[in-house]
Amino acid sequence: MSQMIKVAITVNGQQTTATVEPRTLLVQYLRDNLNLTATNIGCDTSSCGACTVHLNGEAVKSCTILAVQADGENVTTVEGLANGNEMHPMQQAFMANHGLQCGYCTPGMVMAAISLVKDIPNPTEEDVRIGLEGNLCRCTGYHNIVQSVLAYAEGK
Amino acid sequence: MYPAAFDYKRPESAAEAISLVNEFGDDAKFLAGGHSLLPLMKLRLAQPTVLIDIGRLADLSYVRDAGDHIAIGALTRHKDVETSALLRQHVPLLADAAAHVGDRQVRHRGTIGGSIAHADSASDLPATILALGAKLIVEGIGGRREISAVDFFKGFLESALLPDELLVEIQVPKLSNAGWSFLKFNRRAQDWAIVGVAAWRDAGNCGVALVNMGSTPILATSVVRAIADGASVADAAALACVEAEPQSDNNATAEYRTHLAQVLVKRALDTCSR
Repeated sequence: MSQMIKVAITVNGQQTTATVEPRTLLVQYLRDNLNLTATNIGCDTSSCGACTVHLNGEAVKSCTILAVQADGENVTTVEGLANGNEMHPMQQAFMANHGLQCGYCTPGMVMAAISLVKDIPNPTEEDVRIGLEGNLCRCTGYHNIVQSVLAYAEGK
Repeated sequence: MYPAAFDYKRPESAAEAISLVNEFGDDAKFLAGGHSLLPLMKLRLAQPTVLIDIGRLADLSYVRDAGDHIAIGALTRHKDVETSALLRQHVPLLADAAAHVGDRQVRHRGTIGGSIAHADSASDLPATILALGAKLIVEGIGGRREISAVDFFKGFLESALLPDELLVEIQVPKLSNAGWSFLKFNRRAQDWAIVGVAAWRDAGNCGVALVNMGSTPILATSVVRAIADGASVADAAALACVEAEPQSDNNATAEYRTHLAQVLVKRALDTCSR
């Protein structure tokens, strides 16, 4: 029997706890332990960004973080963005600008984009394109994704 | 993908971390941000049975003015190196190189010490600290010792760190008045460099090192010597690969890399000389 460790992670404002193997990835904790399945696993090698969540307010790739590394910390997933039935303004911007095609990369894109605009409040198009380099859209729908992020930044 | 199973330790201090690594020896690895180690573990290219998580040791995360050099704690994240006002002022080459590592999410987690200890010749920071002539402070059970960057990189993913030693600080000389350039050539955003160049030059000296041009980061000593002897940038850059041992892979042949390194070294030195 391998070692088991109790972790306590605040996810979307709620205290969560579980006893996990140390090798449990944060994305697996979110999806399998908490049933928060909006955060997707894409490449599973920290390249594609589909698993992007916020750890203490910063965008990170949850496939490359152990749940034990997030013990005691604050995690936000795309499920935690809406205020009741009102979507987060970044989500609204993606909808208004058709910033998604198949939608698989979208949760990660939205989380990465919010973190980006927090650091660069008035980004240029180039800032957005470079700032989202860690998120791949295999539909190649980058144009409208970039327009969505710019619309959000302008409308803030 | 789960990594293979391991036991997890979370020491409260560097001293406790070093004591733990002495206890478990070769089976143990330090875990900092995990952005070099965890991908290797998921692919079973590394299979430590004990991980010693030093990621929360906040007293190893700092950027300090130490007179003639800037002292950087090994657990300082790439993002904090990239945005450090002290480094932007005194060692902008290193701050800019840190901004080229991975992507924003990676830079929120990965650390300078983790990247250097991983000793990947394709990484941006090992070559950069080599060009800068940095010193590395490592701590073991017997105390601290200093290793110069030029003596640190021993082979493919191999450094002068002993298995029971922890890299604790990186000391980079101030180069406030030097011209500098970090160039990274890759085909896709966020990729490793096919070839990269870190270079600086002031009135009397220069430093040039190459990314992904051999099994270790490569110090281009022939270029540096030529510049010191008064050669033109073009003549010096032609010597870019004298010390290099480039490999062929899916991204580029060794011949292509050799040509690219010469072009990039010339561009970098031209930028430094402006």
